[in-house]
Amino acid sequence: MAQIPLPKPYQDTEAYWAAAKEHRFIIQKCGDCGEHQFYPRGVCSHCLSSNLDWTAASGDASVYSCSVNYRAGHPGFADRTPFVLAIVELAEGPRMMTNIVNCDPESVRIGMAVKVCFDDVTDEATLPMFEPA
Amino acid sequence: MAGAGRLESKTGGPAPVDLKDLYRKVAIVGVAESDIGRVPHKSKFQLSAEASKKALDEAGLTKDDVDGVFTTIITEGGEFSSMLMAEYMGIKPRYTDSTSIGGSSFVAYVEHAAMAIATGLCEVALICHGSTNISDRGGRAGPVSGASHIFGPAQFEEPYGVSTVGSYALAAARHMHEYGTTSEQLAEIAVATRQWASMNPLARMRDPITIDDVLNSRMIASPLHLLDCCLVTDAGGAVVLTSMDRARDLKTRPVSVLGTGEAHTHRMISQMPDLTETAAKISGKLAFDRAGVSHADIDVAEIYDSFTITVLLTLESLGFCKKGEGGAFVSGQRTAPGGDFPMNTQGGALSYTHPGMFGIFTVIEAVRQLRGECGPRQVPNAQVALANGTGGVLSSTGTIILGKE
Repeated sequence: MAQIPLPKPYQDTEAYWAAAKEHRFIIQKCGDCGEHQFYPRGVCSHCLSSNLDWTAASGDASVYSCSVNYRAGHPGFADRTPFVLAIVELAEGPRMMTNIVNCDPESVRIGMAVKVCFDDVTDEATLPMFEPA
Repeated sequence: MAGAGRLESKTGGPAPVDLKDLYRKVAIVGVAESDIGRVPHKSKFQLSAEASKKALDEAGLTKDDVDGVFTTIITEGGEFSSMLMAEYMGIKPRYTDSTSIGGSSFVAYVEHAAMAIATGLCEVALICHGSTNISDRGGRAGPVSGASHIFGPAQFEEPYGVSTVGSYALAAARHMHEYGTTSEQLAEIAVATRQWASMNPLARMRDPITIDDVLNSRMIASPLHLLDCCLVTDAGGAVVLTSMDRARDLKTRPVSVLGTGEAHTHRMISQMPDLTETAAKISGKLAFDRAGVSHADIDVAEIYDSFTITVLLTLESLGFCKKGEGGAFVSGQRTAPGGDFPMNTQGGALSYTHPGMFGIFTVIEAVRQLRGECGPRQVPNAQVALANGTGGVLSSTGTIILGKE
């Protein structure tokens, strides 16, 4: 069985994935302009400051859009379909892609309240996911 | 005040160049497809080169006349695309462009080539494209990526199973949520486009379909069904531009570039600022303003149709209807043959061909419509045409407005 593709952490993202392994969900906040951002970058996408801090996110979010996917772009998802591909809006503001899990895929609706959970895909990588709040 | 078509500087003052004076110096003189459909015995490089030869031939030019090359290949073996294809065809250009913004690249190239020709940076520009997108997959559409570890920002999407259709489905779901758009309205686009394809002998899918056929086709990523999705094919295409002065001595009737625009807003779908509005809002406004024409002046529109939702969002973003009204706009087979908004007249990516990047084919059909050579699918007396490309995941757009010389 093919494995789903996993992140290859790099300079911008090592802290994020290391925290996820410990079931902590962290995002960046700019020390200069005060904006949050997602995904992690080496600079703030609002003001280009390099003065970024990691902050624990609440893990609360709402579904901005969702789609039940019956096939994926990668063979590793064969035994996960159908799955809910979603963009959620974090309580802190930024949006991120995720899957909505631990529920009937057909029951997920735009606007639904969700909260972060963690999928320990392998010993090497944990993915933040979201489930109904 | 700066006039229409005049670039405005950041400080609000007029830039020293009137783009209209530049566009006037440029003509499209050759367009062609390669063999299209399933062409397993030819490489993507050969398809690109054969389309290039046909487009040059119809103008009465040769590859030795070409001094500007514009191309991108996003799949295996395509790195440094303009160098690669120029070398493959034995061309040594003095103007080169491998801009890689997905399917809209080839529409954006028309802007780049037009400006390069108008300013004398090159004289004969060749835009070309070749792809073996279906043969590369062994003849079946489906997953292509098998990477085990993802580097770069894509690692925040690919582990969640993102795909092209999944990304567009997210936009469709959001548009339905905000505006009440229905699957039936999206299906109208697929049905109308198939009607046009039935009149194009080169189109891959020519049998008529109904709205029910679309709704009853397999769900791929809700709310998008199989028949909401473009084809996966092999194909090549080419477009040749030169100066209007030189065009008058060539074999084809020159087509004018009236206005152009390009823009992008994001790379990954999760970063799209508003899932219901594309960068065509920017590229379209630029093209209309620079051309000095209105929406009512457009006789035929070739709108990138990777998915039915792509068309609906683009029509709204281009301003053919208000935001949220795209569903009503396309209802009643308005974009079909005989409707009052002729669109995607060769059968589009939904029914004619789609080798992964479709943009060059919107340009080719717009030119043929303006030359009046489209036979049964010819839009009567087409004087002004709009061609549009969308690249990535609703990420980049190019919009051009062309006119009969």
